Amino acid sequence: MILSQFIFVPLLAAFLIVLVARKKENIAAVIALAACAWILIVSFIAFFKLPAHGGMILNNTSGWKIPYTISLILDNLSSFMLIVVSIVAFFSAFYAIQYINHFTGKWNFFALFMLMVTGMNGVILTGDFFNLYVFMEIALISAYALVAFGTESEELEAAFKYATMGAITSTMILFGIGILYSYTSTLTMADVGLQLRSAGTPKLIFLVYGLFIAGFGLKTALVPFHAWLPDAHPSAPAPISAMLSGVLIKTLGVYALVRIFFNVFGAPTVVLQILMLLGTLSIVIGGFLSVVQWDFKRLLGFSSISQVGFIVIGFALGTPLGILGGILHLFYHAIFKSLLFLDSGAVEYATDTRDLRQLGGLSKELKVTSATTMVGTLSISGIPPFNGFFSKLIIIIACISAGQIVIGIIAALMSIVTLAYLLKVQKHAFYGKKGSAKVLEKVPFAMKTAMIILAALCLISSAIMIPSIRKNYLNPIVDTVMGKTSYIDKIEPYLDKGSVK
Amino acid sequence: MQNNFPNEGMSVIVKTITRFTVWLIFLYGLYIVIHGHLSPGGGFAGGVIVALSYVHLTLAYGKNFVMERVNKFAMNSLEAIAAILIVLTGLVGLYVTGYFLANFMGIGKLYTLLSAGYIPMLNIFICVKVSMGLYLVFYYLASFKQQEG
Repeated sequence: MILSQFIFVPLLAAFLIVLVARKKENIAAVIALAACAWILIVSFIAFFKLPAHGGMILNNTSGWKIPYTISLILDNLSSFMLIVVSIVAFFSAFYAIQYINHFTGKWNFFALFMLMVTGMNGVILTGDFFNLYVFMEIALISAYALVAFGTESEELEAAFKYATMGAITSTMILFGIGILYSYTSTLTMADVGLQLRSAGTPKLIFLVYGLFIAGFGLKTALVPFHAWLPDAHPSAPAPISAMLSGVLIKTLGVYALVRIFFNVFGAPTVVLQILMLLGTLSIVIGGFLSVVQWDFKRLLGFSSISQVGFIVIGFALGTPLGILGGILHLFYHAIFKSLLFLDSGAVEYATDTRDLRQLGGLSKELKVTSATTMVGTLSISGIPPFNGFFSKLIIIIACISAGQIVIGIIAALMSIVTLAYLLKVQKHAFYGKKGSAKVLEKVPFAMKTAMIILAALCLISSAIMIPSIRKNYLNPIVDTVMGKTSYIDKIEPYLDKGSVK
Repeated sequence: MQNNFPNEGMSVIVKTITRFTVWLIFLYGLYIVIHGHLSPGGGFAGGVIVALSYVHLTLAYGKNFVMERVNKFAMNSLEAIAAILIVLTGLVGLYVTGYFLANFMGIGKLYTLLSAGYIPMLNIFICVKVSMGLYLVFYYLASFKQQEG
């Protein structure tokens, strides 16, 4: 019961908006916000209920048993991801209520927004390879449309680029799933893992690894596959940029990679080494490219590439400490990067430009925006006691204790570069000389509130590091990832081993 | 039917033939939907064929002829209603059996039209959703006017 809510509530909201809100556009925001609030509450309920169910809730849709049906599986990792998605979705929707007045077609925006949330929740919950693909496409196709929402030539170009690259790599993923299906005759993730375990590791599986790394790597925007992100994320409306950078690249990318490679394939060393390499490249290239940008949102887009690199190397280390760092940085980055994107949206809303060369001296006029950007800056560059400090520290310590000293040093040095490009934003947008851009409009209440709450969360979420909270709530998540194929063992009792095989 | 745009679209031969074929295509689509649970096909395939019958009409008679007769708002609403009904069917299943989208109707007699529980119903909803959605995509692309210059 509780699991299907994450999918049908936003789905129902999306189509209700299409039906009801075309004439009265304000209803769209109400429905979207109500649905987001609902899943936010339910995601917390699910998270705290989970230990009572032994760390896993499995729900078969339509009453059949796996592997003959699609299953929804909630374990520690997925319930954590649901919370991250719900938090960012709720505040982005709240921010959008007033932000979206600058655009036409409010109901379109909220309907697509809810479809994107549906897709992401589906990817997180599903226990079925093909279903993963379908939900991924739901999220991606809404994302393509939302990137093009402004319908200027630049936005259409970015959306087209994103759609083309996304479609090619989705096909790769589908091809990989097809190979797995032809080899194992099943699409249920746990069953695929089980069949592969009994069959040994066929050579064919390396092709699947490659297809999945390329496919999900593009969704994560790891470096050789990152070209779409710096165009797509700045072109979207600010709440959507926050969703894309904050959670979409993490659910469709990092989460899918972790779920498939750790829990189904048992974290093969070769994949971890490749991810390590790609992650390090992302940190370095994303960071340096970010320094030279003059477009506020484009700078943040490159920064996302760099920060996702941190998350990926955390997971790719394969040690409990590294995974803890990866999970923490995933959560923290979702909060502070969505905050920074919302700030950039507020600056654009107020001054109608996001070119840093034209901005300047805004700290007096846009006090809230300036202050929350400062919080975001301090968090992302890892200044204690803001949250980014803890996750980056853990990742760097994990690198060194796992013997990857060079990567640890690179990560530490690139944190300084992170500080450098965000100080550039501070100098050219909020402090320094007054630029040519004038403040045309005040930042409205809903936008301010969303930014203030996210900024507060940047500080409050550091509290996860308190040892007792960490032990009770974070360690089970790390264990889920570290346990590797114990995921399969947990699901095995539910499998119907009938005569059909 | 009165045609206010006799000079648009294709030739008289095409228009005359279209008058015969468009119903056949439409009925064929409906046939595939209704027999979705008994033979190959189903809501999606049938819905596409139903949408194609409209597309056929648009191609033969020109877009203005169709735009006079098509209610865009109603098509949009029908599409949304069909989608909501699909989700609601799932919710009824959840309420009755405890599983989302579970069958809550009798299975019926095998190989007859009234069998397979809720599958025929879902097929019809999917047909409405797909045909309206697909035709609206075509409609918007057709009604897009090229800017001069």
